[in-house]
Amino acid sequence: MENAENLIALLVAAPLLGAAVLLCGGRRLDRAGHWLGTVLAAASFVIGAVLFFDMLGRGAEERTLRQHLFSWVPVESFQADVAFQLDQLSMTFVLLITGVGTLIHVYSIGYMAHDERRRRFFGYLNLFLAAMLLLVLADNYLLLYFGWEGVGLASFLLIGFWQHKPSAATAAKKAFLVNRVGDMGLSIAIMLMFTTFGTFAFGPVLAATGETSEGMLTAIGLMLLLAACGKSAQVPLQSWLGDAMEGPTPVSALIHAATMVTAGVYLITRSGAIFNAAPDAQLAVAVVGAVTLLFGAIVGCAKDDIKKALAGSTMSQIGYMILAAGLGPVGYAFAIMHLVTHGFFKAGLFLGAGSVMHGMNDEVDMRKYGGLRKYMPVTFVTFGLGYLAIIGFPGLSGFWSKDKIIEAAFAKGGTEGWILGGVALLGAGITAYYMTRVMLMTFFGEKRWQPAPDPDTAPSVEPGIEVHPGEMPHPHESPRSMTIPMILLAFGSVFAGALFSLNGAFVNWLRPVTDFEHGHPPVSAATVTVSTVVVLLIGVGIAYAQYGRRPVPVVAPRGSLLTRAARRDLLQDDFNHIVLVRGGEHLTRSLVYLDHTLVDGVVNGTAASVGGLSGRLRKLQNGFARSYAVSMLGGTAVLIAATLLMRGV
Amino acid sequence: MTASAVPVVHSLWTTAAEPVDKIGAPTIEYAQLAPTLIVVGAAVVGILLEAFVPRRARYYAQVFLTVVALAAAFAAVVGLAAGGYGSTKAGIAAMGAIAVDGPALFLQGTILLASLVAVFTFAERRLDPAHHGYRIDSFAAEAAAVPGSDQEKAAVKAGFTTTEVFPLMLFAVGGMLVFPAANDLLTLFIALEVFSLPLYLLCAVARRKRLMSQEAAVKYFLLGSFSSAFLLFGIALLYGYAGSVSYARIADVVDGSVAAIDPALAATMGNDVLLLIGVALVLMGLLFKVAAVPFHMWTPDVYQGAPTPVTGFMAAATKVAAFGAMLRLLYVVLPGLAWDWRPVMWGVAVVTMLGGAIVAITQTDIKRLLAYSSIAHAGFMLAGVIAATPDGVSSVLFYLAAYSFVTIGAFAVVTLVRDAGGEATHLSKWAGLGRRSPLVAAVFAVFLLAFAGIPLTSGFAGKFAVFKAAAEGGAAALVVVGVISSAIAAFFYIRVIVLMFFSEPKPEGPTVAVPSPLTMTTIGVGVAVTLLLGVAPQYFLDLAGQAGVFVR
Repeated sequence: MENAENLIALLVAAPLLGAAVLLCGGRRLDRAGHWLGTVLAAASFVIGAVLFFDMLGRGAEERTLRQHLFSWVPVESFQADVAFQLDQLSMTFVLLITGVGTLIHVYSIGYMAHDERRRRFFGYLNLFLAAMLLLVLADNYLLLYFGWEGVGLASFLLIGFWQHKPSAATAAKKAFLVNRVGDMGLSIAIMLMFTTFGTFAFGPVLAATGETSEGMLTAIGLMLLLAACGKSAQVPLQSWLGDAMEGPTPVSALIHAATMVTAGVYLITRSGAIFNAAPDAQLAVAVVGAVTLLFGAIVGCAKDDIKKALAGSTMSQIGYMILAAGLGPVGYAFAIMHLVTHGFFKAGLFLGAGSVMHGMNDEVDMRKYGGLRKYMPVTFVTFGLGYLAIIGFPGLSGFWSKDKIIEAAFAKGGTEGWILGGVALLGAGITAYYMTRVMLMTFFGEKRWQPAPDPDTAPSVEPGIEVHPGEMPHPHESPRSMTIPMILLAFGSVFAGALFSLNGAFVNWLRPVTDFEHGHPPVSAATVTVSTVVVLLIGVGIAYAQYGRRPVPVVAPRGSLLTRAARRDLLQDDFNHIVLVRGGEHLTRSLVYLDHTLVDGVVNGTAASVGGLSGRLRKLQNGFARSYAVSMLGGTAVLIAATLLMRGV
Repeated sequence: MTASAVPVVHSLWTTAAEPVDKIGAPTIEYAQLAPTLIVVGAAVVGILLEAFVPRRARYYAQVFLTVVALAAAFAAVVGLAAGGYGSTKAGIAAMGAIAVDGPALFLQGTILLASLVAVFTFAERRLDPAHHGYRIDSFAAEAAAVPGSDQEKAAVKAGFTTTEVFPLMLFAVGGMLVFPAANDLLTLFIALEVFSLPLYLLCAVARRKRLMSQEAAVKYFLLGSFSSAFLLFGIALLYGYAGSVSYARIADVVDGSVAAIDPALAATMGNDVLLLIGVALVLMGLLFKVAAVPFHMWTPDVYQGAPTPVTGFMAAATKVAAFGAMLRLLYVVLPGLAWDWRPVMWGVAVVTMLGGAIVAITQTDIKRLLAYSSIAHAGFMLAGVIAATPDGVSSVLFYLAAYSFVTIGAFAVVTLVRDAGGEATHLSKWAGLGRRSPLVAAVFAVFLLAFAGIPLTSGFAGKFAVFKAAAEGGAAALVVVGVISSAIAAFFYIRVIVLMFFSEPKPEGPTVAVPSPLTMTTIGVGVAVTLLLGVAPQYFLDLAGQAGVFVR
């Protein structure tokens, strides 16, 4: 196709137009707004698909498209352009974002049917799509930062969408604040790039890494890692993701599972040249990934809230991706591959969770589910396929991508390789455990349904869903607009991995952008695969022993020390509270004290003395013309004396 | 009678019979002097109106005449400026008495516009309820009547008004137009007297608090005469030094470019002591008019006692005229003496800025507060004067224009806040004004913020320009003092805002009169100019910059 690059801007423009129309359009659009939003998301997907097939039609070296829209900040040497770059990496993201995004738009039509602010919800969703597409299509770091902040804003708006719930408002604020820390990292990284390279366009920056000192590259890399930690909920900036589940479930599926949280993986993969030249920063990436994958998995084991369990799992799976990205050219392709497959099955799992909540009076506590497979067959099957995919059941999507990451981790070599590989393997086992737990507690076992809570005492009930206090739930299958996206995502969960792995299709597709080296694990690939499956079976077995064969208590038992810690998100909030909040408070208080005593003391003292002086001077103004005349005479004398003195005569 | 005596007589005759130099008729450039001539002519006509127009019609005739005269004079100024008399054709007119150049035209334009805006507050007759069926303004029914006497009561009952204020104002404006344009010391002195005397009178004619008004007038007159005497003495000494009162001639002598000594003045001419004392005395006369410390003590009493419309007019226009004259004197006559006058003026500027700001803190009367504020502002402008650079001139010109409109507007607002005794000027009565009359309080807050020099108001642009010029002119320390004074001054401006908006209104508080379109025009123009010069000052800064060159 001629001039295919001219279509790139349309990818962003379509959802942006939707956001503008829906957010500015007013009440008139209430009835049709959600259709408009969905159609524009779908339009973006269609454009993406057209560009994709066009890209396939060209040789591997000619696949990168560029579109220069306009000069954004032209100030002498500081040149920022609004320009797009569509290569294989961006294309992968475009298809994931618009594809999953469109499905979730469709799902939301049903899910948000009763919400009176549905138009606004679709406006925010479109805004998110536009920002996320801008993020992955930008051809320079500054424009990427623009999109980065845009998705942060959309995420904030959507987490706090039910802002009347204090928990949602707090969660939105928390997500925003924690993300700011990461954003600082990105902005510092961009500033460092500008001072080092004199530009922040991908091409020149990534080409110039060879001639730059490793120290500077390490600094840039660590700042980029900090940014990625914020957006992708990696330790130590992971604390916001669990709370972000306060947002509507489609938001959790799209933004906080499939797309936005993977922006950190994109950033690191895109900046691969920097990390390749800065091994220390790269190792830090891998370590952060490994720590988070265990952290998230452990948290996921202890949560009774289905969405929070899935959030822990998201954290853990992104940990895998970050770990892979931290392995360098050996892992980039697998990080992205796992990202895509995860996008399918995690979005599907979240939509399934939303469907379950929809049928259960919006109950989120899995201890109050049980035996739902008969009542919600479509949800059960799609959720089940997603479950099998995420634990890495041989043949399904997750198996192909996760197994490669574990292999690559072992291939790192030396002690590091053994540790990282071991952690990844252990993570696979824990994943199998907690996902089996979710599955068993939700769909198997006896019914543990509880009467609907009083919405006044339990304000977590999503609005628009009619809940009659004391009424038992009547689980039912969700409407078609919700089940169809789940079915489509289930297809992705099952087949995507195998499809990608056919002849290394995905790796070859990305190779021009990310480089690729075959890893050579110390043990054979087959051994790794077999041990992965064994670990998986152990995890499933333990979960079955605990939750399948024994009845599940409705009230959570006290649990071990680790369980209790994990329920509290491994004390991350306590840590933040004690170290950051408390520390910050102490700092502020001492500053306030200093301000009160020292600064105010000086200020007030000055004010008092000025005031006193004023009062005394005022007395000179006694109202007598004679005194005034004397003042003038004296003043004149001084004036003359001073003038003469200046001359020295 | 001897024969020898005859030739003597004859020679006397012949000497006398020789052709003498005729006294040439003075050449007057009427066109260049048109603004002044229009205003003074209208003032004379105004006096005639007082004599011949029936009492009932006088008010309308006088207001009409005054507004038309001021507008026509302003048009003449604009015409002159457009005709290039401010730049390429700038020159000396009226046999060397008057300079027509950029600064003169800019200052005249400012004075005329400010007066035009102020005259509406003079003409306001809606603030008080009608009295015996007559509308009344801010001025005494019969100024000559003893306060509280039967004669006064009769005049009030008859509905008299002092319409003489309009021609008096025109005379004052006429003098002010000449003052900054005066090109010799005698013209300077005459202009000073021409604008001072009507102002003394105007201060005395308040309708309410008449004793206070008369006391203010007497004080102003006494101290004004006192300072005039100093000024005149200074002029005499300068004549003794240079043998001339002409600015150009004195400047030449100061420069040393005139070597020939006038034999009649051989004893004194070129004596630097005369020069320095003369300069100090002349400057003192001007510093009195701009209300610089320690020659400021009349200001609070006069500002408080005078009728508020007069205070606004006087505070704005006098300052413009006096600073204009001071700039011309220092930049045209005494640039060669800069090393002598700058340190002295430094000291004056410092004590003026600090003194005005500090004493203002403890004021409880809004008019006295504004008086001290005007003293502090005089200090800020002195900082620009001291820069002794073209930027210094243009920044002071800009500051004067900005300050005049803020001042007139602020005093116009003061006329609106009233209780049974007339204007409620005690600050305690302004508490909670923002709750009762949010618009009036908001407008006043704009003026206060402009006084304080908050960005987006003309006060900020002016202060910035002046301080920038001062810093570039090598007076950075003065700028530091200026900023400190601004900080002190901000306290009492903001305090009034806090008082208006964050205090509970008092039950017995004042009412806010609904003014006629006249005062609304004054306040509206004041706010508009304040914001315009604050948001987009560049055009006017450029205008002042182009006008910043004196002829010599």
